[in-house]
Amino acid sequence: MKFTLNWLKDYLDTDTSLQEILDTLNAIGLEVEDVTDPADKLGAFTIAEVVDAVKHPDADKLKVCTVNTGSETITVVCGAPNARKGMRAVLGRPGDYVPGLDVTLALRKVRGIESNGMMCSAAELELGEDHDGILDLDTDAPVGESYITWAGLDDPVIEIAITPNRQDCLGVYGIARDLAAAGLGTLKHPATPNIASNTASNTIAEINLPDDASNACSHFIGRKFTGVKNGDSPDWLKARLKAVGQKPISALVDVTNYISIDLGRPLHVYDADKLKGNLQARLANKDEKFTALDDKEYTCNGGETVIADDENILGFGGIIGGLDSGCTETTTNVVLEVAYFDPIRTAMTGREHNIITDARYRFERGVDPDFLYRGLSIASQMILDHCGGSASTMFEAGSTPEWKRTVLFRPDRVKTLGGMDIDASTSTSILENLGFEVTDGTPLTIHVPSWRRDIDGEADIVEEVLRINGYDNIPSVQLSDTNRKAGSTLSLQQKRARAIKRRLASEGMFEAVTWSFMRQKDAALFADTTDTLIVDNPISSELDYMRPSILANLLQAAQRNHDRGVENMQLFEVGPVYLDDSEKGQLLVATGIRTGKNTARHWNTDVETVSAFDAKADAIAALEAIGAPTGNLQVYAEAPDYYHPGRSGTLRLGPKNILANFGEIHPHVLKELDVNGPAVSFEIFISNVPAPKKSGAAKGALHVSNLQSVKRDFAFLLDKDIAAGTLLKAIKGADKNVISDVNIFDIYEGKGVPEGQKSLAVTVTLEPSKETFTDQILDAIAEKICNAAKKATGATLRS
Amino acid sequence: MQQDIKKLKTEITSAITASENLDTLEEIRVSSLGKKGSVSGLMKGLGGMTPEERKEMGPILNALKTDIANEIADRKATLEEVALNARLLEEKLDVTLPPRERQQGSIHPISQVMDEIAEIFAGLGFDVAEGPDLETDFYNFTALNIPEEHPARQMHDTFYLKPDANGDRKVLRTHTSPVQIRTMVNKEPPIRIIAPGRTYRSDSDATHTPMFHQVEGLVIDKDTHLGHLKGTLEAFLKAFFEVDAVTLRLRPSYFPFTEPSMEVDVQCSFEGGTVKIGDGNDWLEVLGSGMVHRKVLEACDLDPAVYQGFAFGCGIDRLAMLKYGMNDLRAFFDSDLRWLRHYGFSALNIPTIAGGLS
Repeated sequence: MKFTLNWLKDYLDTDTSLQEILDTLNAIGLEVEDVTDPADKLGAFTIAEVVDAVKHPDADKLKVCTVNTGSETITVVCGAPNARKGMRAVLGRPGDYVPGLDVTLALRKVRGIESNGMMCSAAELELGEDHDGILDLDTDAPVGESYITWAGLDDPVIEIAITPNRQDCLGVYGIARDLAAAGLGTLKHPATPNIASNTASNTIAEINLPDDASNACSHFIGRKFTGVKNGDSPDWLKARLKAVGQKPISALVDVTNYISIDLGRPLHVYDADKLKGNLQARLANKDEKFTALDDKEYTCNGGETVIADDENILGFGGIIGGLDSGCTETTTNVVLEVAYFDPIRTAMTGREHNIITDARYRFERGVDPDFLYRGLSIASQMILDHCGGSASTMFEAGSTPEWKRTVLFRPDRVKTLGGMDIDASTSTSILENLGFEVTDGTPLTIHVPSWRRDIDGEADIVEEVLRINGYDNIPSVQLSDTNRKAGSTLSLQQKRARAIKRRLASEGMFEAVTWSFMRQKDAALFADTTDTLIVDNPISSELDYMRPSILANLLQAAQRNHDRGVENMQLFEVGPVYLDDSEKGQLLVATGIRTGKNTARHWNTDVETVSAFDAKADAIAALEAIGAPTGNLQVYAEAPDYYHPGRSGTLRLGPKNILANFGEIHPHVLKELDVNGPAVSFEIFISNVPAPKKSGAAKGALHVSNLQSVKRDFAFLLDKDIAAGTLLKAIKGADKNVISDVNIFDIYEGKGVPEGQKSLAVTVTLEPSKETFTDQILDAIAEKICNAAKKATGATLRS
Repeated sequence: MQQDIKKLKTEITSAITASENLDTLEEIRVSSLGKKGSVSGLMKGLGGMTPEERKEMGPILNALKTDIANEIADRKATLEEVALNARLLEEKLDVTLPPRERQQGSIHPISQVMDEIAEIFAGLGFDVAEGPDLETDFYNFTALNIPEEHPARQMHDTFYLKPDANGDRKVLRTHTSPVQIRTMVNKEPPIRIIAPGRTYRSDSDATHTPMFHQVEGLVIDKDTHLGHLKGTLEAFLKAFFEVDAVTLRLRPSYFPFTEPSMEVDVQCSFEGGTVKIGDGNDWLEVLGSGMVHRKVLEACDLDPAVYQGFAFGCGIDRLAMLKYGMNDLRAFFDSDLRWLRHYGFSALNIPTIAGGLS
């Protein structure tokens, strides 16, 4: 919403400064978005008199002017053809900035003669296109005074943002009312002229609406004007429209636009001679067509509120008029429409047909339903003033819709809800200044004015009082302390997400945050896709499906980095994946990838291609960080299809509870995603990790033995296809009381090992509990280990 | 006899002194003090002596043994020192070579800022609540007093999923307000929560992305009012931006789910292209907030005659941009390693009230 300061002062009698008005607008909820003050740009330019102008001795096209600035006489060299003795011109002095030339003036010599300033053209001051000559002012222009003040160009333009509830401030008058209530001056009401006529209009309005849509247009009044002349609007009107960014068109159209901005009251004018019969408000039938004032043809869906004559649709009511019935410079007879259109229907129609107009903007927010008669009277007078002709009596269909509403108000709610101690009488006077009526009682009864359809409860009244009194005056209060134990802020899952992130970042991985959506075709590589996870209106076809896995996003991110020359990437994300559209279908998954080599090339390091074991180590580290019982994990050599079938696995607790997938990404998946391998990854299903059973912080006493632990090495021969994990598990279980750790330190196949077998070298750590191991005891344990290994895997000791 | 001993000692001593390396010295030790050594041989002779002889020769031989042992030990120490010095001269590294790299990853600024926010609100007695990204119309709109015809429900603002067999379809939540609704539906007041999370709107430019992050706050009890909201937001912004004081400007505004409603600006300066919060001549809009609307409480089966409270919301990504100086939101989601290194945080940099929040 744009207006100028002088326009505001039509309705607000005030001496306050522009800055104070801007501050108050912000304070009462009318957010200032922009202010353009011509004085900032042109305030320095003054009116000067050219006392003499003679040809420059060294230049044919230049003149040396003697200029009276009002306080001194100076010399100015000027190239304008119209510079002449006796004229009044606009003068800039050294130090002044000329916006049209983008230069700051300086004292300088022009062909040997010092010039003390510049007389400017309209173009140079950005006041018009004319740059052929300097501005030639009236001879009575006061020498020495500010040019823009004298010319009336010093009217600052203010642009404010109006929240959807404040349709009453979509007119300058409404803004003035708010400012007056906030104490910035006195509200001046628009006059309501009495339009005398005794001629009835031969065009009248009818409302033909079905019962279930009777509110679509509840009131429709107007007049017919005959013998008008639709020429240019007066200069002041054109200037105001231009100042707020509207293009003057013709007097009739300008008047309707002006009243829309001035009073927030949209109107429409029809060329009466182009109408066939009467005007009627009705609902559109499907496939009815008309061409609107924006030159576009619209085809109705049926059900839109339209204004039609006996034959055709003329326009969408409250949104846009028709081209064929519009006023032009040849129009002599006019019908003026002042109607009330339902906000919701107006909004729906505007949206369906994607039409944005000032009228729609106001009607869909709800114009003042009780302002039709005054609007008609004010508009009629302006038409008569600027276009001449004579007016008919008013025609009318429907009636003012019921708008009267009361709200009960306990004045202490300003304190108990709003936090500001304001007494009842102050609240009452604020409300009255805003146009509310207050009836005494307990609680008070507040009568809501017709232009405030947003007010429907006590909290709204509290807000009115608070905003006019100033939100900034509300004292800050701290919330009371809660008696809450530490550590209860975050849920278990939130704590786990945090721990995993920081663990993985300390493993050299970079946390990424990627879109929750992806391309459906890519998603199908990771899960069977389902319709209810398709984004119906995606922002791009690349992002049309809720991701069933984070992997594709990370792999593609890695590829983008590869394309920039990064060789090895380590990325992870802890975020949602979606199995279906239910609440339970959303899982929190920690997903990570490593691509390329496990480290950069280095003189002292063996560089290896990333392997499933890197991903497995990541997964175990992350699981450890969230307290999963990693000692009890079972490793299954099966993983989802998007992993390499022979180089992947899952970590489980029991056969069914999968805590993590890990492994190499299937080469086929990499190819489909257009990602260069190799790449390994892990996925941790955080919610599958059981909650800790222990309660309390105590860790229990530590029992340590002073006895020395013993390490024993074994080399087993077993079938190549038997999983190492099976052997490890068997050995661990051979004597749980003494075996504290088992590890494989060598794997060998080849010479010295029978065909089809492998040799696993195992080191076992034995922890005595009561007494140091004797050789006999050690031998007995070794035998148990060998027996267990043999039983589980058929392994024999390599001799 | 004593002459022989003296001679032997002189011989051995000169041999020890002459020895050039530990091997030679060891040979001397074996040949003198070893089982079959010369000194040991003499010691063995004591057994065949008379008590008188033994009394005389015992101390002499013992002294010989001790002296030789000490001399060998001294020589050994000297030779070891020489050998070590020779070895140290040999052992030389080019210490300017780069060591093996310890790989260092980073935490995304969104996670870091979420942790910072949780830390601050933990101190004010708030819990962190979460809810699903795929929401029903009821939780995302209806319960929040956003009617059917509201522009936010239009396809151009909100992402919708395809309808299921019953014609119901989920919406990608446009704010984390549905978490507020879920909390109010499921929990008796008093309530103090913040709800951080992913949110979605159909928008894309330097400061808008189709997915972004929000944190909302909700306090519901019987007497919390706008003054508490102001105090809470001041405390939050002061702590978050790590400044001694902040000046807020509250502007009356409009949201369907709050009444009264306000937008909150914080005083700042834009000198040198960076935002400095805390003083200056400019205002920066950071939050939307207000007292929870009566109709919202009613939608959650809370009696508005009994309960009241405030709600607020702001963009986590935006807060991160303001605090850490990123200028393009899209880069947050691009996973460019250069960006992640530059704007990411060390894993060990866990925000705490004690240790700082940046």
